[in-house]
Amino acid sequence: MSDRYDAIIVGAGHNGMICGALLAKAGKQVLILEAAMQVGGAAVTREFAAGYSVSACAHLLYQLQPQVLKDLNLNLDYAADDIAAIALSTTGDHLRIRGNHTEGLSEDDAVELRSFHARMTRYANLLNKYLNKAPPRLGVRNRRDLTTLAQLGFDVRKLGRKDMREFLRLIGMNIFDELEERFDNPLLKGALAVDAVMGTHLGPRSPTTILTYLYRLAGNQGRVAQMAGGMSTLSESLAKVARDNGATIRTNMAVKRVVVENGRATGVETEKGEVFSSRVVVSNADPKSTIMDLVNPRHVETGFTRRVHNIRMRGNAAKLHLALDGLPTIKGLDKKSFADRMIIAPDINYVERAFNPAKYGATSPHPVMEVTFPSLRDATLAPTGKHVLSAIVQYAPYNLKEGWDDAARDAFKQTAIDTITTYAPDLPERINDSELLTPADIESEFRITGGHWHHGELTLDQFMFVRPVAGAAQYEMPLEGLFLCGAGSHPGGGLNGAAGRNAAIAILRREKAA
Amino acid sequence: MTTAAVDLTRLKTPFYPRLEALDRLHTWHSWKGYRSADAFTNGEIEYFAIRNSAAVFDLSPMTKYRITGNDARIYVDRLVTRDMLNKVGAGRVAYAVWCDDQGQVIDDGTIFHLRDDEYRLCSQEFHLPWLRAAAIGMNVDIREETADYAALALQGPNSYSILKNLGLSGIENLKLFGLRHFDFAGTELMVSRTGFTGDLGYELWIDADKALPLWDALFEAGKLHGIRAIGTHALEQSRIEAGYLAAYVEFLPANETVRTGRTRSPFELGLDWLVDFKKPNFNGRRALAAEKREGSTWRFVKLDIEGNKTASSAYIYADKRAKKNIGFVTSATWSPVCKKNIALGTVRMPHGKVGETVYVEVYYQREMHWSRMMAKAEVVSKPFWDPPRRRATPPGLF
Repeated sequence: MSDRYDAIIVGAGHNGMICGALLAKAGKQVLILEAAMQVGGAAVTREFAAGYSVSACAHLLYQLQPQVLKDLNLNLDYAADDIAAIALSTTGDHLRIRGNHTEGLSEDDAVELRSFHARMTRYANLLNKYLNKAPPRLGVRNRRDLTTLAQLGFDVRKLGRKDMREFLRLIGMNIFDELEERFDNPLLKGALAVDAVMGTHLGPRSPTTILTYLYRLAGNQGRVAQMAGGMSTLSESLAKVARDNGATIRTNMAVKRVVVENGRATGVETEKGEVFSSRVVVSNADPKSTIMDLVNPRHVETGFTRRVHNIRMRGNAAKLHLALDGLPTIKGLDKKSFADRMIIAPDINYVERAFNPAKYGATSPHPVMEVTFPSLRDATLAPTGKHVLSAIVQYAPYNLKEGWDDAARDAFKQTAIDTITTYAPDLPERINDSELLTPADIESEFRITGGHWHHGELTLDQFMFVRPVAGAAQYEMPLEGLFLCGAGSHPGGGLNGAAGRNAAIAILRREKAA
Repeated sequence: MTTAAVDLTRLKTPFYPRLEALDRLHTWHSWKGYRSADAFTNGEIEYFAIRNSAAVFDLSPMTKYRITGNDARIYVDRLVTRDMLNKVGAGRVAYAVWCDDQGQVIDDGTIFHLRDDEYRLCSQEFHLPWLRAAAIGMNVDIREETADYAALALQGPNSYSILKNLGLSGIENLKLFGLRHFDFAGTELMVSRTGFTGDLGYELWIDADKALPLWDALFEAGKLHGIRAIGTHALEQSRIEAGYLAAYVEFLPANETVRTGRTRSPFELGLDWLVDFKKPNFNGRRALAAEKREGSTWRFVKLDIEGNKTASSAYIYADKRAKKNIGFVTSATWSPVCKKNIALGTVRMPHGKVGETVYVEVYYQREMHWSRMMAKAEVVSKPFWDPPRRRATPPGLF
């Protein structure tokens, strides 16, 4: 039995480390336990073939909150901080999109895009304001909650009559209808739709895909960045800040269970049998595994258990890594453009069709992809003159009907490679080595239930006041001494950091009140 | 034009052939889809069988669940508000309420600890979705067995003598809220000393296909002891005398209630004694602890009302001039055994303390014309009817 910590954080994902660093900064004794050999959770760089490294799960940064960096006095080293999207076309007439600026659009579409982007940015900015605070509790008389709620109402109203109506109309809607109404260019519609459904079990026609689009935009005004040295650089920086502030981080320490004594979380027990005690336990794991595996439902109430049990978190994205001898050629694309992120979604129906089989437990025969060549901006990732391809491939349902085995994985990997080959015919001859991570692999490697990046689908019914579940959206779980700080809590997933920061604030506030 | 009559009582209990033969009134109603009699001959006579001889009530339609598995004890303990781990061992029965996370009562019922890791839960309402949800993450099996078992309540001062006659040896040692297994014609017969009448009484549980032999043997054993089948009319009168709650009458099941403020917590139903905060966790604990600190909204009251006009559905006032409405009556009856006009009701806190005088607005009809009176009533603490014979062990022979 070791000394008693003020807080033990289960999992050194980015949110866990941010939360731990902030708690340590406030003078708390903090222990962060990580199951893997390296810190970072889903934000890690690892070698997947001799000499080739890649950001193994998340590969681009589009939501990290400036507020978090500011609180931690952190300056990050980006390889690029405003990457454009290139909507690939088989004919070579690609579309290049950066914010509201595009090359290759008709005048009509260009005008519409500017107005669409302006409106979405207004809504996203509104949303952004609420990413960085705990959602208000409903139906209580607490002053802070009431103020936040009134502020939210006021902010929505402040959009102005027309914009507010439009906001309320759009927020639960699917992005398909909105894009179809506005635009002609199929590549544009396809690429925008992909931004809305990336990492989700949703198609462009699914409800609330406007919300998911806004969420992505809300992070950092839609700017997409790439870390120098891959995601581990981010995670190592966070670990360093946490340590500098006095937190202890121990890797290769998988937590087996949260110790509950007399209705209170009092510490954790590791797989190796070590017990650490603390005043609060903060879980960076997803809400399902936190409650179902680490805590055990017998220590919480039935209504809460049922809600957690029913959180929708079926991952649907696979990750493809290719070790290449050299860059392939894509018709109409110069070498420089390989540094941008390429979108394979020739039109919006292509995206919906890719999603269709996933509803029935099958993979997409023609998947949607986000393809990057991170080595172009970051030479550390591949041997000199060689390159790495890192792509998100959708859809690959976690609940594959025949189950994920080597054959299923290889088949989908081939589908993904074939899909890129349509645009880059010489790709196959450049491949040295390859790897595909299915949602099942992501689940086991990164310890995320369902392999769902966001720790729970980002839809209106699992958003804000009801994230992860109703009555537990303020980071404090209905078990004394237990908090959540991961993406499963508000505001959600992506490498965002707000959940970790908000949780730290909630914990410190709770301590002060006690 | 003809309207097809909808038969709400399409199910028949295993005892139905005997019930049908006794029935003289043809006043059946639906009890969760089963045919159940209001009364067979005369409600008053049947009532007096409960208090003066022995009454047999077919409670087979009662919803029954079997809970088994390694975690059954922990499961049941977390489900209900009272301590099931330490205080209700195998061979014991517990009256219990279970709440949602907001501490509002879903239902009340009896939980029979049949054997180690094996329970039967009996309730008025259906609860499979909730019971299944409560089983998430636990090693338990929940099975509805309503139709698998036939059950009879044998209630009244002669009930012990009749079971003695039936040859159940050892029945004399069965304490209130105890249960015991007997052999009956090669089948297991479970007898519990429980009931819904507040009197000496037992409940008998047997495989559905052995129902009729049990009925026949019981009536044979009781023929010199005034045994009589009764309907729900008589039972209802006696349960009000005993001060017992009925779902959808004294409270609404929380998970079927839409409006806020219409549900009740155990405290608001006078069931403080069932809430055990020494348990580290149970459904509703956090909310109930807060209610305990901050105070409840409602209070359950037992009323002893002047006069003899039944106060059904009456408003309750703090004053005779009916200026301050404080609540309403949920159940009311004339109590023949107590010679009292009694009622159960719900009033707003802080009203309704024991000993307080309140006024009940009673409407009554005499030869078509309606009259209204403000009847004075006293809030009482004890059940109206709770004879020493209910818990005497061994009970007296008659």
